[in-house]
Amino acid sequence: MEKTFKRCQSLYDVPTHYCPGCGHGIAHRLVAEVVDELKIREKTIGIAPVGCAVVAYDYWNFDCSEAAHGRALAVATAIKRVRPQNIVFTYQGDGDLAAIGTNETIHAANRGENLSVVFINNAVYGMTGGQLAPTTLLGQKTSTSIEGREKKAHGFPLKISEMLALLPGVCYIERVSLESPVEVLKAKRAIKQAFENQINNLGFSLVEILSPCPTYWGLTPKESLDWIRDVMRKEFPLGRIK
Amino acid sequence: MRGNLPGLLYSGMQINMLKKRVLISGNEAIAQGAIQAGCGFYAGYPITPQNEIIAYMSKQMAACPAGRPKKGVFIQAESELAAINMVYGASAAGVRAMTSSSSPGISLKQEGISYIAGARLPAVIVNIMRGGPGLGNIAPAQSDYFQATRGGGHGDYHLIVLAPGSVQEAYDLTQVSFDLADKYRIPVMILGDGILGQMMEPVIIRRPKTQDRRPKQQTKPWALTGCKGRKPNIVKSFFLREGALEEANLKLQRNYEIIRKKEERFECLFISEAKVILVAYGTMARIAKSAISQLRSVGKKVGLIRPVSLWPFPQKPFNLKNKNVKYLVLEMSYGQMLEDVKLAVCGRQRIEFLGRSGGGVPNEAQIINKVMKIL
Repeated sequence: MEKTFKRCQSLYDVPTHYCPGCGHGIAHRLVAEVVDELKIREKTIGIAPVGCAVVAYDYWNFDCSEAAHGRALAVATAIKRVRPQNIVFTYQGDGDLAAIGTNETIHAANRGENLSVVFINNAVYGMTGGQLAPTTLLGQKTSTSIEGREKKAHGFPLKISEMLALLPGVCYIERVSLESPVEVLKAKRAIKQAFENQINNLGFSLVEILSPCPTYWGLTPKESLDWIRDVMRKEFPLGRIK
Repeated sequence: MRGNLPGLLYSGMQINMLKKRVLISGNEAIAQGAIQAGCGFYAGYPITPQNEIIAYMSKQMAACPAGRPKKGVFIQAESELAAINMVYGASAAGVRAMTSSSSPGISLKQEGISYIAGARLPAVIVNIMRGGPGLGNIAPAQSDYFQATRGGGHGDYHLIVLAPGSVQEAYDLTQVSFDLADKYRIPVMILGDGILGQMMEPVIIRRPKTQDRRPKQQTKPWALTGCKGRKPNIVKSFFLREGALEEANLKLQRNYEIIRKKEERFECLFISEAKVILVAYGTMARIAKSAISQLRSVGKKVGLIRPVSLWPFPQKPFNLKNKNVKYLVLEMSYGQMLEDVKLAVCGRQRIEFLGRSGGGVPNEAQIINKVMKIL
């Protein structure tokens, strides 16, 4: 019988450290599937962020580097510039990409660096215990906004993808979600597009993935998926932004 | 203020002459030395008084005569943080990489330098010091000595710190820095000051003959190049498993121990007969040399120890048997290197200090006055 579904070569056969219902495992797998399908594993260099996904290199079977918190796109910029023959991508959370690393994000995008960015937006700081993130929704309770995010004290959820879409150096931006199998397949297509753009030297591509964090949303895994569909998507609408 | 006494060649360096002389500033010498050493990546952010380096690198790396490959990649970064992390990335990909800045900018880079040290990446970082703390001013100073020699960022680590005393030495030591960085997989800092950076002197274009020629790509098996034909490489400084960080830190410490033994660099003048030994580095040592030549012309027995490597701090020249010799430590700061001299002398002899900072530089007359009081 023909095997129609198998483990990716780009993913090690090991359990991950992620919480039950977390989206990182799915997102890691999507990246690995895309790398396999494009046959670029042997020339891919991934940049892991500081955050829950810091040890992504324990799961991905290709060259990886850590970067200091927020600096993934500075590190990736240099690697791609000195080794343009490699495929270089960053994998970053909302705190990493849209708070401490906003400057690196904007300027790498504005230079039109030929990179692919996988941006995990789960509206909260996971690794440090569920603090307010730049993308936390108004009213959302976190350990540093216990009454819920309030616009006067905390400002509004930051739509970094829409901001980046204004920059001429940016080639492609799409927001996707992990809330259902259909959306997961769309997410994979978007990640593949971002990698293909790099292969075709088209410039800066970013895929924002709305990803569940049941632990710090105080919801069950199933409720978390529903929350993305019913609440989070209203603030962060899905689809092609650029 | 140019010292008119001959200096001894510091340890471990032979010179390959190409016999070409040019008149350039210290900043340009550092940039040219980096190009000569095969620096393939530079990222920086403008700050006075080192802007000639970023301008020179920009020009050199873009220059691409017909038929010749580009010399390297230049990026004007959006911040010092981005610049040092770009150096981290280029170095992780196996390329010789450098950044340069001045005091406040170097403070910003400290996080990245700590990561570079933790990930065992080679890199060259140039600090052309200005006055501090805070925004300070743009006058020359030596007040980043503690930051440079004690690591500077978080964690138990060191940089190799080299302090050139002339434009020629700035050119030579920059090349040596790249070799040391690759050899020990350690960040190396060139520590100069605004005078050294701006001053112009004739420089002989040459390649110092150190043990290591420019290493080729295959000598960096840890570099990120894509995992074709091998297991994936990981560049990281995060060790979460119990005991793993201690193990990694002990490896760093063993590396530092070897460097301490092998990489002391210094210059000594007249120390065997001296009653007072001046201790100074960089620009301060040049002024000290001028004072020494005046003092010796009237028969005063004065010598000089000039540390060239500030980390590892030279221990050997301070191992003097004569209990009556006195040291006078001179700095363009308020007693930072003084602490290392005290550790090296270990209470065997008396130590005096003269320092100014914030734009003030101890001059020959002040040094001579102080020496006459001590003698």
